Amino acid sequence: MTLKTMATLAATTALCATSALADLVIPDLSYRTGPYAAGGTPFSDGYQDYFNLLNARDGGIGGEAVRIVECETGYNTEVGVECYESTKGEGALIYQPLSTGITYQLIPRATADEIPIHTMGYGRTSAADGETFNWVFNYPANYWDAASVMVNYLLEQNGGSLEGKTLALLYHNSAYGKEPIPTLTALAEQHGFTLAELAVDHPGQEQTAQWLQIRRERPDYVLMWGWGVMNQVAVQEAANIGYPMDQFIGNWWAGAEHDVTPAGAAADGYLSLNMNRVGDLPVLAEIQEMVIDAGDAAGDGSNIGSVLYIRGMYAAMLAAEAIAGAQEIHGVADVTAAMVRDGMEALDITDARMEELGMANIGPAFSVSCEDHGGSGLGIVQQWNAGDGEWVALTDYIAPDDGITGPLIAADAAAFAAENNITPGCL
Amino acid sequence: MIYREAGDFKTSYPSDSQTFPIAFDRYRYWVVLAVAYLVIPYFINDYWANAILVPFLIYAIAAIGLNILTGYCGQVSLGTGGFMAVGAYSCYKLMTGFPDVSIVIHILISGGITAVVGAAFGLPSLRIKGFYLAVATLAAQFFLVWLFNKVGWFYNYSASGQISAPERTVFGYAVTGAKTAPASQYLIALVFCTLCAVLARNLTRGTIGRSWMAIRDMDIAAEIIGVNPLKAKLTAFAVSSFFIGISGALFFSVYLGAAEVGEAFGIQKSFLVLFMVILGGLGSIFGSFAGAAFLVLLPVLLKVVGVDMLGWPTDLVSHLRLVIVGGLIMFFLIKEPHGLAQLWRLAKEKLRLWPFPY
Repeated sequence: MTLKTMATLAATTALCATSALADLVIPDLSYRTGPYAAGGTPFSDGYQDYFNLLNARDGGIGGEAVRIVECETGYNTEVGVECYESTKGEGALIYQPLSTGITYQLIPRATADEIPIHTMGYGRTSAADGETFNWVFNYPANYWDAASVMVNYLLEQNGGSLEGKTLALLYHNSAYGKEPIPTLTALAEQHGFTLAELAVDHPGQEQTAQWLQIRRERPDYVLMWGWGVMNQVAVQEAANIGYPMDQFIGNWWAGAEHDVTPAGAAADGYLSLNMNRVGDLPVLAEIQEMVIDAGDAAGDGSNIGSVLYIRGMYAAMLAAEAIAGAQEIHGVADVTAAMVRDGMEALDITDARMEELGMANIGPAFSVSCEDHGGSGLGIVQQWNAGDGEWVALTDYIAPDDGITGPLIAADAAAFAAENNITPGCL
Repeated sequence: MIYREAGDFKTSYPSDSQTFPIAFDRYRYWVVLAVAYLVIPYFINDYWANAILVPFLIYAIAAIGLNILTGYCGQVSLGTGGFMAVGAYSCYKLMTGFPDVSIVIHILISGGITAVVGAAFGLPSLRIKGFYLAVATLAAQFFLVWLFNKVGWFYNYSASGQISAPERTVFGYAVTGAKTAPASQYLIALVFCTLCAVLARNLTRGTIGRSWMAIRDMDIAAEIIGVNPLKAKLTAFAVSSFFIGISGALFFSVYLGAAEVGEAFGIQKSFLVLFMVILGGLGSIFGSFAGAAFLVLLPVLLKVVGVDMLGWPTDLVSHLRLVIVGGLIMFFLIKEPHGLAQLWRLAKEKLRLWPFPY
């Protein structure tokens, strides 16, 4: 036994020793436990597996191996802070916390420590204003874009007018769920629809009262800002009261397979946004072969190809491209966090590049600049086909109404800058 | 041999009734304070401050607060998270409303506001006891969280409902905001923690503390010997909430920097502080520290051992933590209902006889 312990210790020391070598450190603040694990697990699997693929196939990024440091947050902000503090010392290049609450904690810390944060389609929307939030990026889209895309889709469905309609917003009662309210309020004023706000408290299992209200008032559409167990419960509740699924639209965090499968055939026709396309991408076969079959998968390998797995992989691809860009700009392989930020700001994702990477059309082509950290904001509407068990894209990429979101972003960013004595400007 | 009173002669009443009557205990106390104030600030880094020491000190204040109510006065409360939220939101409103006033004053006023709110929610304790009171305080928890979520004024109508602490300084050093040095963050929490502990210790040793304990042990008997239950119970709620309010204000401004009421001050926070008090020891100031240290350190320790040293998957370690904390709570409730403080007391007894136990 002593021998075994010593062997383990020796092995651990050896592992620690090798990992201390210069390499690209990517922390993964994941959550595979708690009420939000259903969403956190596939995202984290996709995020890590893509970096593992780069290591296995290309020997890392620009010849420099990637080392992933995983830290379990449980979607809890305090643990998120602990994870951030414990990983930043290892030379972390980029953070992707997958939690709006943790993002709010990390924005001031990471700005002070000069480490970029990428909050893809979540986090603080006004971070799209790159002159105020130098270290925070939320490309390719944010919540306010999502709200606007939803309304644009509904406008299209209703012949260009939502006059007199009622839209209910069923939201997670947290920073995440409250984010779209200002945009929807502004849009309600512009298009003449009524917005009913229905809050669901963490973790989201108790929604009977909200759905009774929906049953009584019969809004024309229900928009949902849900995450984790809340989505599954909402879809089930909608099925229970017989609410038409094709008038129920989730945002892109409420549109994965695990959200709809518990309700079975009753979930057929449920709509949701997506910021990335799903389907048979060639890169998935490579991951299957070189990562999962090789036994290097981050999870159990069962999530490959699911909506959130692909989104995690997409996030990893954007990070890897930014790192590659940083290596090119600065001419060194072993980049620092500040260099990665420059790479993110110079990011230019083209259709040709996505095709080259084996993920053609995974997202819209977009580019980032110092002023605009928000990307294009495009989103598609997809529908759940319960019979075949797959998401079917109903539309092409729909553009948000920048005329609505732009001024709101500018106002919120200006308020943040004033509160924190920031002089907006490029680095 | 250690912790002996032999040869330690007291020549006055104050010296006989001091907090630490045994000389060795007193020296140990001064050594702990000296290390905390004079050594740690020079060695502290971001990780130690943010992940371990600052949360420990702030949770210790909350645990002291709850211990006064539950441990000393016998009134069960599940409203700790809600009262911490009162402290946090008072502090936020004061910080943003009166930016020129010192943050220290804001934190103290936040404690005062929480004391008033706590006393108001303590009123039902005059009529109901035990489980029923627990339910009444649970109502306070849910009502307060709902209130801070619902009313935009409390979070200055920010788009996300988040409150975030602007930078504030004490003697020219930033103690809140992103640019805070770990040492100043630690020191402000330490100063408040020391003051609260000394205050709590002396309150519980005096008249008011004795009246709380009389109520706890048997309220009818206490009333017969002349303890006013209205005064005793309401002061317990007010004092307890004062400490919890201070800890909530520090938790938001110094430790987290940004908070969201449902997430940071939800029911799980009430349970966490209650577990600290139960594990640490009901009716003991030292126990509050021990419980806070235990529950703050245990997850970090498990993570370091499980993930960093043994290389286990992070989700396995996270699940194991739940199992271990739950198991320990059951173990302590059965085997040592007086908690870690009792273990410490027993250890002192043993040390006193060491090396010749009989």
